[in-house]
Amino acid sequence: MHKVYHQIESVAGNVITVKADDVTYGELAQVTSNFGTSLAQVIRLNGSMVSLQVFAGSRGISTDANVRFLGHKMEIPFSDSLLGRVFTGSGVPRDKGPEITENKIAIGGPSVNPAKRIIPRNMVRTGIPMIDVFNTLVESQKLPIFSVAGEPYNPLLARIALQAEVDVIILGGMGLKHDDYLFFRDILEQNGALSRSVLFIHTAADPTVECLLVPDVSLAVAEQFALQNKRVLVLLTDMTNFADSLKEIAITMEQIPSNRGYPGDLYSQLASRYEKAVDFDTAGSITILAVTTMPGDDVTHPVPDNTGYITEGQFYLRNGRIEPFGSLSRLKQLVNNKTRKDHRQIMNTMIQLFAAYKETLEKRSMGFRMSEWDAKLLRYGERFENELMELSVNIPLEQALDLGWQIMADCFEPAETGIPTKLIDEFWPANRKAAVKA
Amino acid sequence: MGVNGNLMTVAFDNPISQNEVGYACRGDLRLKSEVIRIRGKNAEMQVFEDTSGLRVGDLVEFSSRLLTVDLGPGLLTKIYDGLQNPLPELAEQCGFFLQRGTYLPALDRKTVWEFTPAAKVGDVLRAGDSLGTVPEGIFKHRIMVPFRLQGALKVEEIAPKGSYDLNKTVAKLKDERGVAVDVTMVQSWPVKMPIKCYSERLRPEEPLTTKVRIVDTFFPVARGGTYCIPGPFGAGKTVLQQITSRYADVDIVIIAACGERAGEVVETLREFPELTDPRTGKSLMERTLIICNTSSMPVAAREASVYTAVTIAEYYRQMGLNVLLLADSTSRWAQALREMSGRLEEIPGEEAFPAYLESVIAAFYERGGVVRLNDGSTGSVTIGGTVSPAGGNFEEPVTQSTLKVVGAFHGLSRERSDARRFPAINPLDSWSKYKSVVDEKDVELARRMLRDGNEVNQMMKVIGEEGTSVDDFVVYLKSEYVDAVYLQQDAYHEIDAATPGDRQKYVFSVIVKILKTKMKFENKDSARKFFQQLMQVSKDWNRTAMEVPEFKAIEGRIEKMLAEVTDYA
Repeated sequence: MHKVYHQIESVAGNVITVKADDVTYGELAQVTSNFGTSLAQVIRLNGSMVSLQVFAGSRGISTDANVRFLGHKMEIPFSDSLLGRVFTGSGVPRDKGPEITENKIAIGGPSVNPAKRIIPRNMVRTGIPMIDVFNTLVESQKLPIFSVAGEPYNPLLARIALQAEVDVIILGGMGLKHDDYLFFRDILEQNGALSRSVLFIHTAADPTVECLLVPDVSLAVAEQFALQNKRVLVLLTDMTNFADSLKEIAITMEQIPSNRGYPGDLYSQLASRYEKAVDFDTAGSITILAVTTMPGDDVTHPVPDNTGYITEGQFYLRNGRIEPFGSLSRLKQLVNNKTRKDHRQIMNTMIQLFAAYKETLEKRSMGFRMSEWDAKLLRYGERFENELMELSVNIPLEQALDLGWQIMADCFEPAETGIPTKLIDEFWPANRKAAVKA
Repeated sequence: MGVNGNLMTVAFDNPISQNEVGYACRGDLRLKSEVIRIRGKNAEMQVFEDTSGLRVGDLVEFSSRLLTVDLGPGLLTKIYDGLQNPLPELAEQCGFFLQRGTYLPALDRKTVWEFTPAAKVGDVLRAGDSLGTVPEGIFKHRIMVPFRLQGALKVEEIAPKGSYDLNKTVAKLKDERGVAVDVTMVQSWPVKMPIKCYSERLRPEEPLTTKVRIVDTFFPVARGGTYCIPGPFGAGKTVLQQITSRYADVDIVIIAACGERAGEVVETLREFPELTDPRTGKSLMERTLIICNTSSMPVAAREASVYTAVTIAEYYRQMGLNVLLLADSTSRWAQALREMSGRLEEIPGEEAFPAYLESVIAAFYERGGVVRLNDGSTGSVTIGGTVSPAGGNFEEPVTQSTLKVVGAFHGLSRERSDARRFPAINPLDSWSKYKSVVDEKDVELARRMLRDGNEVNQMMKVIGEEGTSVDDFVVYLKSEYVDAVYLQQDAYHEIDAATPGDRQKYVFSVIVKILKTKMKFENKDSARKFFQQLMQVSKDWNRTAMEVPEFKAIEGRIEKMLAEVTDYA
């Protein structure tokens, strides 16, 4: 039988301190007071003083609350019966279904041995040209969507989830508005995807500490599915809320903040979650798409900044479109040589021309005379924005590439694009027609 | 006594030393840790593993050794974590995940090596002198007198030519005080101390060709030099390092993946065995060693990983080889220091980094260098480190402390990477103190052209294209041309990805000729059209191998185009 402690020494923020012996670091405890019961985790040992982080928050905890140590770390049940269900960050059902208790697994497990990883090699098709053509999503990639609050990032996330060919979808919601939670649930249900999804939802109204658990729980479950040879897509929204919860706890613990109040280990904390994305040698894979909202549209804010250094690229969502500048998929080179041989060239050339278009726009706004070349760029840029950048465009990659050639051919002479002569001969629409005729 | 994250406070009875290694024991689990501060009867130790499960009252065993690495034949081609655990062997034992508390020997003691003695009985040697050699892949691996020994040592016995495993004593030495020492083919060395068994340190002068044109021509690196690559995320730091690790003209490449993405290491890990080294015709892996402590692996071992890497680099330098150490990224290591410093509740410096950050970084880069060994041959360690400054702002402590101690600075810029101009090294801000592969005067000319072109471009933004003279506009076009066909390189193109020194000299001379040519154009549109065409032909030229006849043919076309616009007046 586990010992029960009654003497709470201090309560600060969501952290309580008790005097106790024989406690292990990282262990769980159950804290019971007049206002309810909650789980808590040991986060510091100092002699016989034990600091615990209370999952449900410290509100209402009395100095004579019962603290019972459970002798194990945070665990989550895992089985196929998780599919189609909704849980909170600490694994309690949020829908009306029964509690699942079988087959408990530890969360926040050790990292994958790099020698057991393989080079990602499968493209994830999304039907969005700005992704498929310019920044291809790759299985096992970890990619955030950088966005300002108010952009349609959740619908984008949902759309990618529904169109991507994966076996299991896991949604980790952190600090979600209740409406957004319902949006995800309904859209998955309407499209018949709920039966292959597991949702771990922390809403803005729930205790902060549970927010910290969401990524760990989601990824621990994802890992188990991946080990069963499943291709898993994990959606996390919004990681900035996760980082803010980290900040809150760190400040409570009187840690020295490093940058804008965030703890010095923000990078390591984010990395240990994102690095769970993996393509296992001889097993399945985990792909992570996460939303990171940028406070004040500032990419140098510590959260997007650290995230950018960890993830394999990023999508910038701005004005309802995926920005071609700044957006990047680091893994695209691994797959876009196998799609079609003009893929890379189209990708580079169209972006370079689009950059020139942006410069021309600037010049025009300052009232300079437009040269013949500028006029061509303006025509090109407008078509690029309307026919490829719009998020509503939904066409397969090959069609998008053909469209790219067509737009360029309508606006430029072949030499103006800087495309190698060999590809021009083969793909330039006029040449292609000539080849067909011959 | 106490646990806070990966910091553990321990009460001790017997004497211990700073940086001594200890093991926290919990049942069968033994977690490696290092003493980082001693206060009275309490020692504070950083644990190299996840500390959950430890409890107050658990014992800590001290090893009375500092953190060391094993040095001996068989290091090359290995993949280690920051504490020199071989990862593939760990995977065999533990499966997909890294189990904490599992430590394996760095070198397989049972492997047999073909030993050829070089020293004779009666020879008097010093630490670092060769006792014999074993073949290790394409190299002759020197078995040396252990570096820790001091003074003159007399060879009492030496094993004859034959095959031995690593446990076998190959030589018996006697030092000046008459103490006998048995020597095997493996020795260990504390990672935080530089190996100093050489006669003198030389100035790095010989260029190290990386086959990246902008580096070799404009911002060269010397053998034994140091350089850093700071840049915001997505600017191509890692790609640049990967290219360098493939094509650099050195004997051995050591990659220290420190706190970065695991995926990037995997690319190297899986691709290198299949790529051939153009210098030797053998697999690239034979000259490579990877130390990987990726971002999700224990933070404290990050610091160890860069030291492990540099110690192994120094070991191969002692054999008269040229070693290149690529550390990606030193910022992660600095952050590990910051995390630890925060837990120790030290008074923070700028951005909460510890005050000793600068001296730690300086000491690390100072371990690079060219040395003349005791036998007269030379060896070198070149260190290239990436820096990941927060927000891409170079005015931060890690970048600034690094810039003070390195010999070349390759600053990557967001503007260039957004414009897809790779490698995104900013040609206006970067610098190098080393010698270029091409004539310095020509480089100066090209650099001036880039600067002037940039000025014209800035001016055009204010006064517009119509307010710019045709001559100024041509300067701008010329600078864009150099940028497009020489500075930019396609890392994924078979031929364009690597430009050897000879080719750089040849191509650069043609480009300089173009820059020097006085050109005459009717108007700006015709000038622009001419340069667009010239650019396309030149890019095709870059993609053509130097040996095929087409190379000369394209060169002819460039010359013809040039002749058409030359102003002979």
